[in-house]
Amino acid sequence: MPTRVLIPSGVLGLGFDEAALWRGVDLAPDLIAIDGGSTDSGPASLGTATSKYSRAASKAEWRVLMQARARAGVPLVIGTCGTAGTDANVDWMYRITAELAEELGQTLKIARLYSEQDPAALADAFDAGRVAPLDPAPATDAAAIRSMAHIVALAGAEQIQAALATGADIVLAGRTTDTAIIAALPLARGDHAGAAWHGAKVGECGALCSTNPTSGVILAQFDATGFEVRPLADGAVCTPHSVSAHMLYENSDPFVLYEPGGHLDVTQAHYAAIGQGAVRVEGARWVPAETYRVKLEGARIAGYQTTLLATLRNRRYVDNARAWAAKLDTFLKREIARRMGLVADAYGLEIRLIGLDATLGALEAGQGRPVEVGVLVIVTAKSQDEATEIAKLVNPFLLHYPLTEDEELPTFAFPYSPAHSERGALYEFALNHTLALDAPMDAFRLQLDELRHG
Amino acid sequence: MVELASKVDKIRSKNAGPFWVTIDIFCGSPDAFDWTRRALASETVAALYRVPLDTLKRFEIESLNVIKFSFPRPVPQAAPDDRDQHGAQYAVLLQELTVA
Repeated sequence: MPTRVLIPSGVLGLGFDEAALWRGVDLAPDLIAIDGGSTDSGPASLGTATSKYSRAASKAEWRVLMQARARAGVPLVIGTCGTAGTDANVDWMYRITAELAEELGQTLKIARLYSEQDPAALADAFDAGRVAPLDPAPATDAAAIRSMAHIVALAGAEQIQAALATGADIVLAGRTTDTAIIAALPLARGDHAGAAWHGAKVGECGALCSTNPTSGVILAQFDATGFEVRPLADGAVCTPHSVSAHMLYENSDPFVLYEPGGHLDVTQAHYAAIGQGAVRVEGARWVPAETYRVKLEGARIAGYQTTLLATLRNRRYVDNARAWAAKLDTFLKREIARRMGLVADAYGLEIRLIGLDATLGALEAGQGRPVEVGVLVIVTAKSQDEATEIAKLVNPFLLHYPLTEDEELPTFAFPYSPAHSERGALYEFALNHTLALDAPMDAFRLQLDELRHG
Repeated sequence: MVELASKVDKIRSKNAGPFWVTIDIFCGSPDAFDWTRRALASETVAALYRVPLDTLKRFEIESLNVIKFSFPRPVPQAAPDDRDQHGAQYAVLLQELTVA
């Protein structure tokens, strides 16, 4: 008996083809699974425990998926709730679910799977030698771990299986691997382990593995020897090329994927078109690890930022922007030392020239004469007040700094008033490590609730 | 002397997690794959991105006509001196690389 997992899209909040979703519901899936986040957008989501997608967009899509679940009569699972998968992100998703349950008149059993780690407890685990670095890993120690804003562990298939085993209608999971929410059920039902993980990897971005990447919805079907994947939107097809190429995506090694408890090896996988836009894949191997390890993600505050933006349109300044910026940089650092008593390594001040090399910096090889140059000044300091104080010191010079001493003071363009913008805390990813567990649920918690409406 | 982008279908880059970047060169045909495989030395790519050669992973995937490079990001995603959070613009350097 094959296991069918319906995947509406690569992430909640990005949109999907509703007609294709209902087509998928009619194909009698055993589970509906969607991802709710990733590290893609940077550490701020994790640091602040907030979603990068709007609540309204997330709720509108979740409403349709809750309706699809009700019609299909199978569990609905979301991994990495609210972008970062912290406890607050999971509870944010729970409140959305509770509102929708009332609006839709649904009675539901909800399982929340929490992935957040207590920094103090993890610091103890670090001292006990249970935390190991990946390559490359930021330097860390128990004190650094204790100072982190939020830390999550990435759940694997076992923790999702534990949540499903509660009989929940909806599983709201904290941080999980992208693949775990898809692989969990076929693995629990004894389907081929290599195929379960491989199919999950192929399917985790929805229709990105098809010829119509933005159409969203796909169905992955698992059995004892392999898996099949088909897109459900009109005109979308999977081909052996589109499916096998997906292993390349956001993956540093196209043949190996590390997951909690082992790794997937697709070196021997073979892909065949089986008609109606579907592809069948066999040959992937799951290699269990000796120790069960989960990956950790942590964010901590690395300072506070205030930025300024000016534009240069005067031709002489555009042509000499680099020399002007270098001179201004030296001048500002001297003034900041003189007027604020701050030594150079007590703060950061960076001038990026938009139009010349703002994107690639020192790696930039391209040359050309821009019409104008944007001057982005990024100040990083130990407090927001200090960052803004530095920005205010920079302000008049950014507006008027001359290329040479013997010319009338120029005035450049500020696009808005005030010219500075407070960015708030700067977060950094402070862990690229794994945590060894005696049992998969050791670092995770389940919370069950029932919502009664209708 | 031509730009690499003119010899292949597509070159894309993206973070592979916050600490790595990965670049996929879709050559489009066995001929273009063979040509690119020979024309593009790993040393050239390491120098282009200013990363140590021994941290650069190179994959030649004949079944897809794809050459893939992965390396630790020159700066981690969102570090104060990061300029491209998603790493998607790193591909430009290879697209515009002049090859013989």
